Amino acid sequence: MPLYLNEDQQMLADTASEFMSEQGSIEKQLRHWRDKGCKDGFGHELWGQFAEMGFTGMMVDEDHGGLGMGHVEAGIVLEQIGRNLTPSPFLTSSVMAASALGAGSDDLKGRWLPGLVEGKSVFAIAVDEGPKHNPQEIKTRAEKSGNGFRLTGAKTFVIQGASADMLVVAARTSGDDSDDEGITLFAVPKDAANMKQNPVRLVDSSMASHVTFDGVELDGDAVIGEVDGGREVLNRMLNAGRAGAAAEGVGVAGGAFDRTTEYLKQRKQFGKLIGEFQALQHRAAHLYSELEIARATAIKAAQMLDEDADKADLMVSVAKAKVGKVARLAVQEGVQMHGGIGMTDEYDIGLFMKRDRALHEFLGDHYFHADRVAKLSGY
Amino acid sequence: MAEDLDAFRAETREWLEANCPEEMRQPVRDERDVYWGGRNAEFKNDAQKAWFEACRDRGYTVPDWPKEYGGAGLTPPQAKVLRQEMARINARPPLSSFGIWMLGPALLHFGTEGQKQRFLNEIARGEIRWCQGYSEPGSGSDLVSMQTFGEDKGDHWVVNGQKIWTSYADEADWIFCLVRTDKNDKYRGITFMLFDMASDGVSTKPIKLISGNSPFCETFMDDVKVPKSYGEDIPGYVGEINRGWDVAKYLLGHEREMISGAGNKERSGSLGPKLARNGIDNPVLRAALAEYDIDALAYGCMGEKFLDELKVGKAHPAQPNMMKYAGTELNKQRHELMMSAGGSRALEWESEETNGGTPARSWLRTKANSIEGGTSEVMLNVIAKRILDLPGA
Repeated sequence: MPLYLNEDQQMLADTASEFMSEQGSIEKQLRHWRDKGCKDGFGHELWGQFAEMGFTGMMVDEDHGGLGMGHVEAGIVLEQIGRNLTPSPFLTSSVMAASALGAGSDDLKGRWLPGLVEGKSVFAIAVDEGPKHNPQEIKTRAEKSGNGFRLTGAKTFVIQGASADMLVVAARTSGDDSDDEGITLFAVPKDAANMKQNPVRLVDSSMASHVTFDGVELDGDAVIGEVDGGREVLNRMLNAGRAGAAAEGVGVAGGAFDRTTEYLKQRKQFGKLIGEFQALQHRAAHLYSELEIARATAIKAAQMLDEDADKADLMVSVAKAKVGKVARLAVQEGVQMHGGIGMTDEYDIGLFMKRDRALHEFLGDHYFHADRVAKLSGY
Repeated sequence: MAEDLDAFRAETREWLEANCPEEMRQPVRDERDVYWGGRNAEFKNDAQKAWFEACRDRGYTVPDWPKEYGGAGLTPPQAKVLRQEMARINARPPLSSFGIWMLGPALLHFGTEGQKQRFLNEIARGEIRWCQGYSEPGSGSDLVSMQTFGEDKGDHWVVNGQKIWTSYADEADWIFCLVRTDKNDKYRGITFMLFDMASDGVSTKPIKLISGNSPFCETFMDDVKVPKSYGEDIPGYVGEINRGWDVAKYLLGHEREMISGAGNKERSGSLGPKLARNGIDNPVLRAALAEYDIDALAYGCMGEKFLDELKVGKAHPAQPNMMKYAGTELNKQRHELMMSAGGSRALEWESEETNGGTPARSWLRTKANSIEGGTSEVMLNVIAKRILDLPGA
């Protein structure tokens, strides 16, 4: 498969680009909801429009009303989301939760997927338990209780947790905290008794919850996949999310880069356009080069996931790490090259820097993935 | 289409299995492991000869060139399958040459039918080894200021001047050479000439480099007679007289693509797994390797994307500059890390264990990567101007 978009994918890219730059723009969405102090951090109306565009269920199989598309297609939408800083539940609901539910029973799919496809439901992912992503260690416990389970523990960095109709929770049903085996994923409804959420606004204006489970009783049919055999489902969900976050990061970096090069062509100092200065030209050219490489890597990781390739795991981490580094460089150079005005809230460039911070941290920062690349490579 | 490709893959795999000797599936250890062809070429061993001849006879020295010029006429997807299958068994390239990487593409684009018939076939069959006469002592990054002059004598030119950094000039049979034919027009006063290195008045002198090796030469031209024609429809120059700069620039794109190492598995692969065989005790070195591996594997993706896009005309025409910049900076870093991981053993200059100082000499050789064919700084200038359209660039 060639490493560029085919005709259908290019059409999707054009559609997503047009839609997101109009309906999902910074002015209409991010700033609008932020300035209103919105508790969700995104617009439900836009989520409904995502459904009309076919985005919400694009990775859901056709039997359940979706389009049965792959990671490359999801990445195309995510790049546009990143470019416009569009707040939405797409990555967590349509990519990650959809991936997890794909391993669930027909009942579970029937219960949750239609709402997702219609843009009425929002799902959240509860995996992290500390401030740094470390999914190997899962301490939240689910113990057998009657016909079901009793969930105890705490999760953090649960994006849009308080807005979600259902949380995908990774819990330990057997073994020690760091074991591979003994993980089970649960679909926990928002109104579950003894689940408490403490939603907090993050630097990028998104909302994330600290969630505590103080003996939450769950039916056996809340289990996604096999009891104790959830590690594989979890890994697949995390990889889908990481590849998606990489694609979104390419968009964030690209958006910051385009604004910056435009600014270099407008701003005058010392009687010259600042883009005439070689000191800035070389930094912009270097950034271009890095951005091209990051984009290629994100597409490659998505393709490998779609092909279920042997080394997809490795390439996903390469992509998350590479995009992470490049997007970080893009937003830093962006603010610096904008000069004083880059520090103002009025200019959008700072919003890219904030979004990059949060997105980079999500599902493992570049240090996490560099370590994972080394481990997967045997050193 | 996909089924055709699957069939082609199966057929290719079978052919490689039958024709690529085991010895040709080993990493290149020294200069003689690379076969360059030419009038004076010698094979290192029978395996090298057998592998070259099998590929030559099937058009696989230049798989994507048309059959009438010595290639196999493969489509871009087929050529990619062949690349992948060769990489899978670590097959060495059967023939390396500047004819394949540089002159060939320029002739395919600018050459006459007669030039293609003659020169491309010679290149594909490994009969003529070419070298490139571009840089001059006073014209490095500012290449277009070159002064080597060809005086028009009707049916030929008389060329005088000096070229420098001519790779393997002392082993080459022919040269493609930039010669000034109009002193009044900087850009439209250069002709892209082709001539035999055995011509009277051509002499070469190897330049000893910091690596101790001499892959580059000075090339002197002292009243060299260059014919304007080598026969019917075979001009002694490519493109038009005085318009050689267009050819030179086009060829530079291919040269930069070659130096970038795009699609080179050795260069875009990870380093950690190789260096970690004996264990890495130092966590800071481990971290540096992990960072490098991310960059290398990411660059491998970029190489694949670039080549895929190039074959179907989707790549930005100035993209080889970006590839060269990224690829060469990465390769320098690769060898820095290999030296660090190798410790004092890697410092050995003449020992048997290092095959005559290969690690250190290779490390030093890579420092030229970001200079030859256009410096990194020139690459960044070109990106700023032609891709980013920055003002005054």
